[in-house]
Amino acid sequence: MSQDTTVKQDEEGAAPLTLPPDPSRRMWIGATCAVGGVAGAAMALPFVGSFAPSEKAKAAGAAVEVDISMLRPGELLTVEWRGKPVWVIRRTPEQVAALPALNNQLADPNSERPGITPEYARNDWRSRKPEIWVGVAICTHLGCSPTPKFTPGAQPSLPADWQGGSLCPCHGSNFDMAGRVYKNKPAPDNLEVPPYQYVTDSRILIGVDENNPA
Amino acid sequence: MAGEKQVETTGALGWIDHRFPLTSTIKAHLSEYYAPKNFNFWYFFGSLAMLVLVLQIVTGIFLVMHYKPDAAYAFDSVEYIMREVPGGWFMRYMHSTGASMFFVVVYLHMTRALIYGSYRKPRELVWIFGVGIFLTLMAEAFLGYLLPWGQMSFWGAQVIVNLFAAIPFIGPELAIWIRGDYVVSDATLNRFFALHVIAIPLVLLGLVGAHIVALHEVGSNNPDGIDIKAKKDIYGRPLDGIPFHPYYTVHDIMGAAGFFIVFMAIVFFAPEMGGYFLEFNNFIPADPLKTPPHIAPVWYFTPFYSMLRAVTDQFTWVMAAAAGIAAVMMFFKTKGFWKIAVPVILLLIAVTMRTVDAKFWGVVVMGGAVVLLFFLPWLDHSPVRSIRYRPSWHKTLYGIFFINFVILGYLGTQAPTDVFNLMSQIGTVIYLGFFFLMPIWSRMGEFKPVPDRVVYHAH
Repeated sequence: MSQDTTVKQDEEGAAPLTLPPDPSRRMWIGATCAVGGVAGAAMALPFVGSFAPSEKAKAAGAAVEVDISMLRPGELLTVEWRGKPVWVIRRTPEQVAALPALNNQLADPNSERPGITPEYARNDWRSRKPEIWVGVAICTHLGCSPTPKFTPGAQPSLPADWQGGSLCPCHGSNFDMAGRVYKNKPAPDNLEVPPYQYVTDSRILIGVDENNPA
Repeated sequence: MAGEKQVETTGALGWIDHRFPLTSTIKAHLSEYYAPKNFNFWYFFGSLAMLVLVLQIVTGIFLVMHYKPDAAYAFDSVEYIMREVPGGWFMRYMHSTGASMFFVVVYLHMTRALIYGSYRKPRELVWIFGVGIFLTLMAEAFLGYLLPWGQMSFWGAQVIVNLFAAIPFIGPELAIWIRGDYVVSDATLNRFFALHVIAIPLVLLGLVGAHIVALHEVGSNNPDGIDIKAKKDIYGRPLDGIPFHPYYTVHDIMGAAGFFIVFMAIVFFAPEMGGYFLEFNNFIPADPLKTPPHIAPVWYFTPFYSMLRAVTDQFTWVMAAAAGIAAVMMFFKTKGFWKIAVPVILLLIAVTMRTVDAKFWGVVVMGGAVVLLFFLPWLDHSPVRSIRYRPSWHKTLYGIFFINFVILGYLGTQAPTDVFNLMSQIGTVIYLGFFFLMPIWSRMGEFKPVPDRVVYHAH
């Protein structure tokens, strides 16, 4: 039955309550609804897209230069890079020497998991120079900033044989002095080591290295 | 005029009724909506939830008149409301206390539904809309908590948005898309404001409407869990039913009066509620470089937050084992195509529990703990609705479930320790076990005979 066929009406002009199905009309109703629906759904795209970071937010990712000449052994300097806290720690030689002994307690002692540690920091001390450690102080679990707990020994929320490192206050992940995460903690990864390079012996540029030009 | 609608009312009301279903709507939902006459204390909380919703909308409108959704001004504008806007402190404390009291009332309302089986057939949709309201309310509360731009606002939002980053493959991009930046920032504050003030309240109102329409379609349950429509008088009215108006409207006004005594006592004397309603760290402006030494969500999220923290790498072994046992059980219990498909899916899940990060499973458990509630009508197989006619040991099970939920809530407010972690892991197993094993235990035991008419003692 096509659209041209007139529906049979009685003398008062009323059509029967039930009519035989008209495949042609149904096809066109379905097609109209489908095309309209697609157009409607496509309207969502600009709205969804507007949620992405603005050009201003993208541009705020410039490199940061840090002067570490005043940093004494055992001290920590926090700088802001891309809105995140980056720690620069000058570790004591004893702290560096103690790192390999912890390997069996750590989830990823050799920093082999991808995307977290640049090639030049995949060593026993996770940094370019053994004493100076640079890392993003954002827990890889849910983004809290760990609290420095550099003093060894038993303390609340830490194991009795604590060797120094940091503790995430949110979900209790522990990290050692090289930002490596302990086993069986919520955080899956070590603290991220950002791209960085030495400009001089006492100045570090964070956000730039061989693979990440400024 | 011919063809005009016939109505019984005259005068101004008649004029309206000719053009708008006013009288018939009032009859259908109030004066001729028959609610069981044996409602007890638990039945105050539905109307109280409506009351708090209205209170939140009204106080919210007035707060928006003075608040500035800008990272540079937000914290100061809240202090401005507190110190300089006439009565601003009262508006804000009503809004902040209202947020917590909303959850108090909703949790009690849900407890009522659980113990009297109000989610059972034919009220499944009432329950599903209700769980939808609970989820929407959680979103609303979370989005609103960022607005004062204090330390807890900032780091709480940082943690919750990063939950989405745990989703494999698309997670990190999704988190950036939600924040509109690489960290929680002004862009995040602005969009959370828009969602908190416009988008989510509209969804909430729609769901509340659907919840009530669905309820009035099937009629209210009652503490005996029996169907009052089964016994009707000669006029077709339920013998055990009374019109909602005036009986329950007056009754609920009394409930509202009692509620306001508690509510205003908190607003005037303990608006911070010892750091549970307004956390002390939130009186410090947001600092993106420093997480406060102890962060915890507001109390109403802490049971679920405990479950998130409970899922460590070791705990995924427990979950994988549970999925394995379930696979074996489903193999023996189901027939046909599902006999193979369900166990295979469960075993695949067990394997991914060990291959995907525990972080992701923590998020799944936390979300799943809420989503599980949607399926409650189909998990409960007990032949009676109400706890009153269930075997006594069922009451013990429900008791354990509720106490466990409170303990999980307490643990979520505390700093993590090894003992607390173990406790929250046990609590998570109890919570999930209660629901996952419900199809088995809910049909076991000696059920008591259910009366024909509701149990009612006139005072």
